[in-house]
This record gives sequence, C-alpha cells and structure tokens, in this order.
Amino acid sequence: MVRYKSLAIFVLITLFITVSNVWASAGSFIKKASFLKKDKIIIFFAGPVDKKIVEDIDNYYVYESTDPDIPLKIKGASLSEDGKTLILTFTEELNQHSPHVVVIKKLVSAGRNLGVASFTVRKSYAGFLFSILIGAMLVHNFVFTKYLGLCVFFGTSKRKATAIGMGITFTIVMVCSAMISWFLYNYVLKPLNLQFFQVVIFIGIVSLIVQAVDIILRKINPFLFKAFGIYLMLVLANCVILAVPLLIVVNGYNAIEAFVFSLGAGLGYFLALFLMSSVREKLELANVPPSYQGLSIAFITAGLFGLAFMGFSGMSIF
Amino acid sequence: MAGKPKSNFELILNGLFNENPIFRLALSMCPAVGISTTLMNGFLLGLAVLFVQVASSCTISLLKNYIHPKIRIPTYTLVIATWVTVIDLSLSAFFPTAYKAMGIFIRLIVTFSIILMRLEVFAAKNPLIPSFWDGIGMGLGFMFGMMTLGFIRELLGAGALFGHQVLPVKPLLFFILPVAGFFCVGFMMAVYNYVEFLFKKAKEKKMRG
Repeated sequence: MVRYKSLAIFVLITLFITVSNVWASAGSFIKKASFLKKDKIIIFFAGPVDKKIVEDIDNYYVYESTDPDIPLKIKGASLSEDGKTLILTFTEELNQHSPHVVVIKKLVSAGRNLGVASFTVRKSYAGFLFSILIGAMLVHNFVFTKYLGLCVFFGTSKRKATAIGMGITFTIVMVCSAMISWFLYNYVLKPLNLQFFQVVIFIGIVSLIVQAVDIILRKINPFLFKAFGIYLMLVLANCVILAVPLLIVVNGYNAIEAFVFSLGAGLGYFLALFLMSSVREKLELANVPPSYQGLSIAFITAGLFGLAFMGFSGMSIF
Repeated sequence: MAGKPKSNFELILNGLFNENPIFRLALSMCPAVGISTTLMNGFLLGLAVLFVQVASSCTISLLKNYIHPKIRIPTYTLVIATWVTVIDLSLSAFFPTAYKAMGIFIRLIVTFSIILMRLEVFAAKNPLIPSFWDGIGMGLGFMFGMMTLGFIRELLGAGALFGHQVLPVKPLLFFILPVAGFFCVGFMMAVYNYVEFLFKKAKEKKMRG
C-alpha cells in the first residue's frame, strides 16, 4: 500500500513538472503583450530572458492576422535591464485595428531553451468599439468634417425643438436601416455577387422603412406622429442615411461594429443639429448685414464649427 | 408656375438664376461644400447630376399615371437610384481617376434633394417635353453653381484652373481646405442676395417712373 502511494506521488510530481514545463515553454512565459505608440509592440516575460538571442531581429516573424504571408519589418529589439520587458520597434506604423501575430523562433531563459513562442497582440475589443463610436460622432462628424446631410441640416436647425425631433427620428431610422442593410448585403447581395446593386437596395430599404413607419405611426400613435411625422420624409433626403451603409461596406465592419458605427453617426448628427440650433436662435437677435441674413450667415457659422471640429482630427482613443 | 406655361428657354434660365439649386433653393449643399475644391470636380459632378436629373425627370413624367400616389416617394427614389447606378458604373469604367477623387459622392447623388424635389414639384405634373427642359435647366444650374465654387476655390486656394497654374502665387491657401466650402457658399449666397436686392431697387425706380 505504501509502495503504491509513493508511486502515485512520484507519477503526479513528474506529470506536474512536465505540464508546467510545457506551459512555461509556450504561451505562459509571455505574461502580456500590447501595442505601444504607433510603431512598437511591448512584451512582458515571466522571467529574465537571454539578451543575445532576444535582441536578434531575425529571431522574430510578425504579421497581421489577415495576411500571414507578409512579414512586417522590424527596426530593432531592445531588452530592459532586468531582462523581463522587450520592446519591438517596426520600420512602419502598425495598423492597430487588426490583430497582429508575433512568432519568437527561439527563447532562452536562465540557460533553459523554451522553444518557439507564438501569440497574438490586439487592442481590447470594447476599446475598439468605443473608438468607432467616438470616431463617427466627433472625429469624423458627418456634418462638420464629412460635409454630408447638409440640406436637411440647415432646414431643421432653426429651432431647438425641431432640432431635437429631427435628431431623435434620424438616429432611430439610421440604426434600423443600417442594420437591415448590413444583413442584406452580407447574406443576400454578397453570396449572389450582386454588389453593384447596393445603392438601389440601400436606398430602397430606407424609403420602405420611412414609408412603413409613417403608415404605422399614423394609425397607432397619432400623438407621436404629430411630433415626429414631418421629419420622416426629410430623413429620406439626407445623404448620411445612404453614406453610413456604404461606409460600413467599405470598412468591412461586422454586425456589432456596424451597429455602433450607425449609432455614432446618428448621435453625431443629433449633436451637430443641437449645437447649430442653439447658435441660430441667438443669431436671430444679432445685427446681421441684410444680404447675409438667413442661410448665408448660417453657412458661415457652420464653417466656424467646422474649423473647431478640425481640432478633433488625428485624435485617437485606445 | 402660375399662369401660362413657361417656354423652354425660360425653364433653363429659371434653373440657372431664379431657382438656382445651390444658391437660391439651398438644396444639395453637401457636394457644394465637400468636393468643389477644383473646377474639374465641379464640372464632372455637375455632368453626372445633369444626366441623372434629366433621365429621371423623363422617366417619371412618362410613368406618372401608373404610380400610386401613396408610394410615390419610394418609387421616385428607386428610379433615381437606378440611374445613379448607371452613371456610377460608367464613370468608374471610363474615368477611374476622377471617380476616385469624388469618392462616395457619386453614389450619394441618390439623396441630393434637388432631384427628388424636381420630380415631386415638376415632373410628376408635367408632360415629357417641359420635364426634359426643366431637368436640363436644373442640372445646368447645379453645374453652374458647382463650377463657380470650384473656380473661386481653385483660383484662390491653389492659384490654378483645371489643374494648370495661372497665378504665380497662392493667394489664400485657406480656400483649398474642405472647411472653406462653408464660407465660400455663404459668401456666394450673400452675393446672390445682394444682386437680387439691386434688381428690386431698379424695378422700383422704373415703377415710379
């Protein structure tokens, strides 16, 4: 009985050592890896590693997970004093929106060869979604930096109440139509190779949604229809409503990203309308030269807003 | 539009000045601000809009008796979208460089409110021939507006016309910035208002004798 016990303990210990060895040789030795600035990747090791091998740039193979055939060029690799932190510098800026795979061909720690280590570096997904939202809302605001949806923008930004009504209606229709367009594009148009039909399909969806909401709202909730009905038709003449599905296709977003992007676009439009209407209410009391009255001064105001929004350009979060 | 129907010539003039889509009706402002940075861009987009406007005006005025009034707006949009797809594919095949410069705007012609508004106001109530001339007038008016803006912005911003350097210096670099489109349109509207004001004054003088 005692013999069996000692045997079992022996087996368990060997198993534990082998398993921990296997773990140590592969992923677990790399504690954390993330992007640093625009052209660097920082890697944290569990223990000190051999400097000579690690600082050799031929020891690495780094690629974007979408195209594994193209290795990214590395300018240099530098190890910190305690041998636990490594910074890889690349010759070109990294496209940090796509995950990168790093392969370290040989890793030696305290005289022990750990073999090949391969791991993926990516930004946190929530952060990425947040940056899409802020990007669509502020950095690439559709009104002030992309100059879309202006006709309706100037038409409905005279009063704050109108601006809020239009903003809410627009955001809701925007999100619904973008999601349906995304679905149809990926599951109907793409498999059938009918991509050239996208303009007709996207605008068709928008006009059908608008018409349907108009009819349903009129019957079900006349009060709500009175408040928002007049803006429904205006949504149709708004470039943003078509630009968003087209941009979603160009950027190749998935369903969640498409939702966040269209929400950001809608909220950004809402924000622009609200800002503009606040200014225009004040402008009515101002002393404007006769030939500049009305739309003319509104355009110049929008230009000033546009200049202010240029300050957001180049901003990136996460 | 009350009283006797306008002649073809009057319809064109109406589009160019009295009801100029950009400066008077303030419709289709997005391209006027966004891509009127050069004369060439203005010309090409104007051409595309002219084509779409004339083609869809004619289509609608031929089909107006068969369209149910309740679903007329979606129908108009689909007709416009079809013609836009036609011009989108042809431009990308024949003028790939210019097509790239104009980016997404060619496809967005669908939502330029000027086209939809002309269909609703004019083509749906008039026979083929006047609709055709109204389309031409509105298209030319749009092209005229775009080219005026392109002319001002390219001349002041880059000192060039159609890509050829004409001025030795770049007088106001600011105008080549996309944001300057807002200011440029604002100033042009003020000019139109001022001219109208002068006309009114002259008319009053005449009335008084």
